[in-house]
Amino acid sequence: MGVGFIMLCHTAFDRAAQVARHWAERGCPVVIHVDARVHRHGFARMQRLVAGVPGIRFSDRHRCQWGSWGLVAATLSAAEVMLRDFPQVNHVYLASGSCLPLRPVPELVRYLADRPRTDFIESVTTEDVGWTVGGLDIERFTLRFPFSWRRNRKLFDASVRLQRRLGYSRRIPDGLVPHLGSQWWCLTRQTLQAILEDPRRAEFDRYFRSVWIPDESYFQTLVRLHSHHVESRSLTLSKFDFQGKPHLFYDDHLQLLRRSDCFVARKIWPQAGRLYRSFLSDKLAEKSPAEPNPARIDRLFSKATERRTRGRAGLYMQSRFPRDDWDHGRTAAPYSVFAGFSDLFENFEPWLGKLVGTRVHGHLFAPDRAQFAGGETVYDGALSDSAALRDYNPRSFLTNLIWNTRGERQCFQFGPADVQDILPFIAADPHAQVSVVSGAWAVPLYRSGGDFTTIRREAARLQKLETWYLSVLRAGWAKARVRVWTMADFVADPMEPMQTIIDEITPRALRRPAEAPRLVDLTGFGRFLQQLRNQGMQPVLMGDFPLEDEPLAPPRRARPAGTK
Amino acid sequence: MRAVCDRTARIGRDAILALVTLRNERVRLPYFLQYYRQMGIDHFLIVDNGSDDGSREYLAAQDDVSLWSTNASYRRARFGMDWITRLQRLHCHGHWCLTVDVDEFFIYPFCDTRPIRALTDWLDVCAIRSFSAMLLDMYPKGPLGAQTYREGQDPFEIAQWFDSGNYMIRRNAEDGNLWIQGGPRARLFFPDDPKRAPALNKIPLVRWHRDYAYLSSTHMLLPRGLNNVFDEWGGEKACGVLLHAKFLDSFAVKADEEMLRRQHYGNSREYRAYHEGLSREPDLWCKWSEKYLNWRQLEILGLMSKGNWA
Repeated sequence: MGVGFIMLCHTAFDRAAQVARHWAERGCPVVIHVDARVHRHGFARMQRLVAGVPGIRFSDRHRCQWGSWGLVAATLSAAEVMLRDFPQVNHVYLASGSCLPLRPVPELVRYLADRPRTDFIESVTTEDVGWTVGGLDIERFTLRFPFSWRRNRKLFDASVRLQRRLGYSRRIPDGLVPHLGSQWWCLTRQTLQAILEDPRRAEFDRYFRSVWIPDESYFQTLVRLHSHHVESRSLTLSKFDFQGKPHLFYDDHLQLLRRSDCFVARKIWPQAGRLYRSFLSDKLAEKSPAEPNPARIDRLFSKATERRTRGRAGLYMQSRFPRDDWDHGRTAAPYSVFAGFSDLFENFEPWLGKLVGTRVHGHLFAPDRAQFAGGETVYDGALSDSAALRDYNPRSFLTNLIWNTRGERQCFQFGPADVQDILPFIAADPHAQVSVVSGAWAVPLYRSGGDFTTIRREAARLQKLETWYLSVLRAGWAKARVRVWTMADFVADPMEPMQTIIDEITPRALRRPAEAPRLVDLTGFGRFLQQLRNQGMQPVLMGDFPLEDEPLAPPRRARPAGTK
Repeated sequence: MRAVCDRTARIGRDAILALVTLRNERVRLPYFLQYYRQMGIDHFLIVDNGSDDGSREYLAAQDDVSLWSTNASYRRARFGMDWITRLQRLHCHGHWCLTVDVDEFFIYPFCDTRPIRALTDWLDVCAIRSFSAMLLDMYPKGPLGAQTYREGQDPFEIAQWFDSGNYMIRRNAEDGNLWIQGGPRARLFFPDDPKRAPALNKIPLVRWHRDYAYLSSTHMLLPRGLNNVFDEWGGEKACGVLLHAKFLDSFAVKADEEMLRRQHYGNSREYRAYHEGLSREPDLWCKWSEKYLNWRQLEILGLMSKGNWA
């Protein structure tokens, strides 16, 4: 009963030798294969580093390019040496020079001794794998690959396309069902011997020579012919990133690796001295015969992949700058834009803030400065209220504000008197909840009581701007949640629409406004609109306002809460 | 440019190099060298632009420094880049090269537990040739002159604070890089003229090839593919930060001097703005300033990213 290791090496010989000696000195024979591409000095060095340790052999050298047959050939040669020279070996463990044992050797020996007939090899049919490099699964077995994927990607892709178009397909040898899986396995002597001594081996070898990445399919497929008990998983913890490159382990992974209870991990960064010292130490406490549990490490790496591929929504920074048409998370969180409300209500901002439990801004895009809540001149993230800075890059201003205040709903006022450049961005943002009382901008004009010619000109300007931004908000491409009321409709029953908006902001809160916000005194507003008309301007966005005040006078208090 | 002491023969095949141009930075040098030695920089290639404060003598005595000296115009040498480019062509081919100023301190993911070689090895595995690190202006709380920087001291014991979320980014269509502005300099010195606020985007770490060249400081590179350090489809690439220890007590002196020398970018416009700002004894600190803790904090704030390095 015993386990022997095949070790495929091509670099970092100090570390490979360190691990080989570790195993061999603890009674596990090791057969080392050194890539034929390694210079003879390197090979000699490796031999020197393990010299004098009984139980270490070297096997015939093959050229091991990534994804080439050489890796399989190397493994086969080494396996022959192992089975020939070490009759006590019952399980053969395939490892690489950058593998590191995480548990004491006796634990692995015992674990395998308890499962003497089990072959540990990830072996999955092509229909069931979702991780293949280049998107090829069954085609690895049916096409030919004359060009290197790494060095001649264009030719590689072209040849695949051509074969697809021509409908070319190789015949898979009878009796083989293509399987794929991690190349790091641990097979029983019986199974390995059966594979090596298979009467059809020459045929299989010829076939797999031109399969793409045969080291992920040769043993994984053939084991299905010969094994009595396949446990389809690898005992080696080895994770690949989204580009198919193996993740590396560093000193700061020590605790994570310890808790994983895996037997072997790869790849270890050669200079992770602390990992090598810790895991190759005989002081490593033997634990209960726990099953490997790489869940935490899986999570760490899948989070890393997600960070790289999806990133953090709403974040714009030096290494994440989504294109303009990228709609998944233009901003980090939902926010609310109110147009016209603060013109109609005297205390709208504090009232809303109290109700929703957040700081409510004034007009963030006012021409003179960003009116942050509480009159702040600098806000979260050291965002300045300077209009010039804001208008220099309004999109950065808004996305920064939403990012900086993650966790706190942002609400701000907007209107035709504001700088408008940001509006198309807001309109296209699914996070924006935009509520507009159209025509309400006329109220402050009406109340200003200045020179009427100026007022008339300003009214015409604001109406034009509001017409424009309403058309933007209603555009086919707009993704914001937009609600528009004419001022006349809104004033007739303000609390109904307010409730809808607030329910959307705080869906779970059962809070109902204890008191309504104070509507400004609109006595004479109808007459004001008529006056504009008399001066030749046509105010249309307010809706139908009665000329005289009778229907509205005295100005109605909004309906109190809960009386829907 | 002439060699004061050329130790480039000692540069090993895998050495990681740092390139620096400086003038009169003697007080900063000990900590600067210590910081980068600890990170794993193997050799420093330094151009001294006419220092008269002992910088040259100090550097010449360091075993891992190769030093060149010139009294030529910094401005006419494209703000020192011509000198650096020449050294890069001669000595940096095939090496990972970090090009920084004496007041820039490189921070990358896991820099508290992994040496810079872990990063460059990983970049090699991923076939990534250039690595970005935005300049993050650090400042003290209170007037700049209130605390004196002592030789050998960690400058971020004084300049502990930074702006976390006011950076303005746009894409430079021509060169394919991002243009980042903002931070305390935009907030305080350029609130009315943001266009002139200094650029903060930098790509300081590059696996050098003799055909590469920095275009304008370390903001941009040729060939343009090297500027492709950001993801356009929502993902985040790994990147770091250059902590900028510019705002120490020495800054006022420097600003005065540079005003006179007019050797800096845009006719020292930046320094003029500081000069005017400084005469008002400004406090760069505000109540939203963030106190620096570590790289993980910068990552959480979204100023840098681990990308898929785990």
